[in-house]
Amino acid sequence: MDDGAELVQLLTPEGERVDHPVYSVDLTDAEYRSLYRDLVMSRRVDVEATALQRQGELGIWASLLGQEAAQVGAARAMLPQDFAFPTYREHAVAWCRNVDPLRLLALFRGVNLGGWDPNEHNFNLYTIVIGSQTLHATGYAMGMQRDGADAATLAFFGDGASSQGDVNEAFVWAAVFNPPIVFFCQNNQWAISEPLERQSKQPLYKRALGFGFPGVRVDGNDVLACLAVTKAALENAREGNGPTLIEAFTYRMGAHTTSDDPTRYRLSSELEAWKLKDPIERVRSFLFKNQLADAAFFEQLEAEADELATTIRDGVHEMVDPDPLSLFDTVYAELTPLLTEQRDTFERYLAGFAGERA
Amino acid sequence: MPPITLAKAINQGLRKAMEADEKVLIMGEDVGKLGGVFRVTDGLQKDFGEDRVIDTPLAESGIIGTAIGLALRGYRPVCEIQFDGFVYPAFDQIVSQLAKMHNRSAGSVAMPVTIRIPFGGGIGAVEHHSESPEAYFCHTAGLKVVACSNPVDAYFMIQQAITSPDPVIFFEPKRRYWDKAELDTTATPLPLESAKVLRTGTDATLISYGPTVPVCLAAAAAAESEGRSLEVIDLRSLSPLDLPPLLASAEKTGRVVVVHEAPSECSLSSEIAARITEKAFFSLQAPVLRVTGFDTPYPPSRLEEDYLPDLDRVLDAVDRSMAY
Repeated sequence: MDDGAELVQLLTPEGERVDHPVYSVDLTDAEYRSLYRDLVMSRRVDVEATALQRQGELGIWASLLGQEAAQVGAARAMLPQDFAFPTYREHAVAWCRNVDPLRLLALFRGVNLGGWDPNEHNFNLYTIVIGSQTLHATGYAMGMQRDGADAATLAFFGDGASSQGDVNEAFVWAAVFNPPIVFFCQNNQWAISEPLERQSKQPLYKRALGFGFPGVRVDGNDVLACLAVTKAALENAREGNGPTLIEAFTYRMGAHTTSDDPTRYRLSSELEAWKLKDPIERVRSFLFKNQLADAAFFEQLEAEADELATTIRDGVHEMVDPDPLSLFDTVYAELTPLLTEQRDTFERYLAGFAGERA
Repeated sequence: MPPITLAKAINQGLRKAMEADEKVLIMGEDVGKLGGVFRVTDGLQKDFGEDRVIDTPLAESGIIGTAIGLALRGYRPVCEIQFDGFVYPAFDQIVSQLAKMHNRSAGSVAMPVTIRIPFGGGIGAVEHHSESPEAYFCHTAGLKVVACSNPVDAYFMIQQAITSPDPVIFFEPKRRYWDKAELDTTATPLPLESAKVLRTGTDATLISYGPTVPVCLAAAAAAESEGRSLEVIDLRSLSPLDLPPLLASAEKTGRVVVVHEAPSECSLSSEIAARITEKAFFSLQAPVLRVTGFDTPYPPSRLEEDYLPDLDRVLDAVDRSMAY
């Protein structure tokens, strides 16, 4: 059983700042508060989305509960010109990249398949097939390398994905071509029902050594450590020193998705133990203890989160189903003659129900 | 103008594309110093450098997956899959990612990736080196699938595939790599998605693509000596299909035989038979017949002459069509 030893940690679960010989952060009071805000707001997106799924407004939702610090820390280490390649659970990364949460919810409601422009926020579309995006991130980084860009990619994946061929191929590519990429593995201990032991005999970060680049394990529930470690790795990549694998040791506090039932495969005591390491509570304690935020700040943030929740609820309720004929729109750059014919036939067919479909 | 081989014609087309657009990259196994196992990329790395002609690790999913990332960054990768039977490890990246990215992004992302695949049998190879996997890709929305049958088309089609905003699977008939033709590089090519009538005729229509096009042309020549006039159409584009010339021919001759190396079940010939039946039913004098590889695994090479459609099997099918 992997107990998560050798973690880089800068903030204990009790909210105490600790030093690390290699990694550190030097933030202003406002920056500490800003990180806390990211954590709170992204959790609120998640809570609201989960509720909307239960109300039948979303088809499914993949909760990030418990992984806020890993994602916020990683995303806030990025520069605007860096590019993130998410799985389907990186809602807090999306938040930090200024992607409207409603764009995410639209996907899970089923009104589109992604629907945002990856180049608008340097945040790729969600990738649902496990691990595929690590190769895209590697190729994109090879492009940055050829462009001579001062930028890097950040490839997100999970412990389950670490078994995929694509992830291992991405490691090979990254090692031999040395493009500016950082692999950010959120080891949340569970791949749906399969525990980490089913994916790996040894800690995941150690795999990097076999491929020929450094691996580091960070407390994934410590936003400061995640920020420090990812920042260092991205800088290293931008400077042309090659890839790093970061294993953020964290925990999926919720179900895999709203369709999952974790009581069938894991003990509630495990969850209770991880609740004590909650990624948000420790920052709250830290802010309090060090008088970096006052009661007014927390009240204000609470109000802001409530407002976000309202916006999300209203936005989802207002989402209309797409026009049936739109399904032909972007299959190819231009509609082919055969698709045009199929579309026209379908349009005539639909017209036969005119009046009935009100 | 000396005749040029099909392999060399693709080589020259690639060179032209790389000169025209510095974002064009070549990626694949052994494409650099060696110039590819069929020498299709011969000399390109020497002239364009290792950053543009990339010898990749031996992992096909990696080739396509990284090409997708490069395309997202604004590059136009041309990937070589060394042999038809080696494309399957990349199937997921092609079908689930490459083909769908434009649609998934609601049109905001283009995926101008070309995947070159030498395909088909007839070279006495070992297993997995003689397959015809084109139908798998035609079945996938978002991909364009083309096959060249001669050096002239090869030269122009590869350039058109590379400039296409859509991902293109580019099948090269490996047993025709050494076929020669005169190439006028100043000619104006047909659009990539167009079929081409190679020989006009009135009694029956042969429809084919890739390596069996020359078989059909030879069959038509042989039939002529027996007083039978066969029309031969080269599909060139397998997806999307260019139906109008096929229908026009079917309406003229009333008899159609489709020829390809791939097995018949759920194949291009299935699709063409269905389309012609839907659109030209009252013009047909006989059902659309098919001459294809058998619905078996590709055989050991000592049996491939039995497996592959040849002139006699094509003419036998024409006879059966005429007998209706």
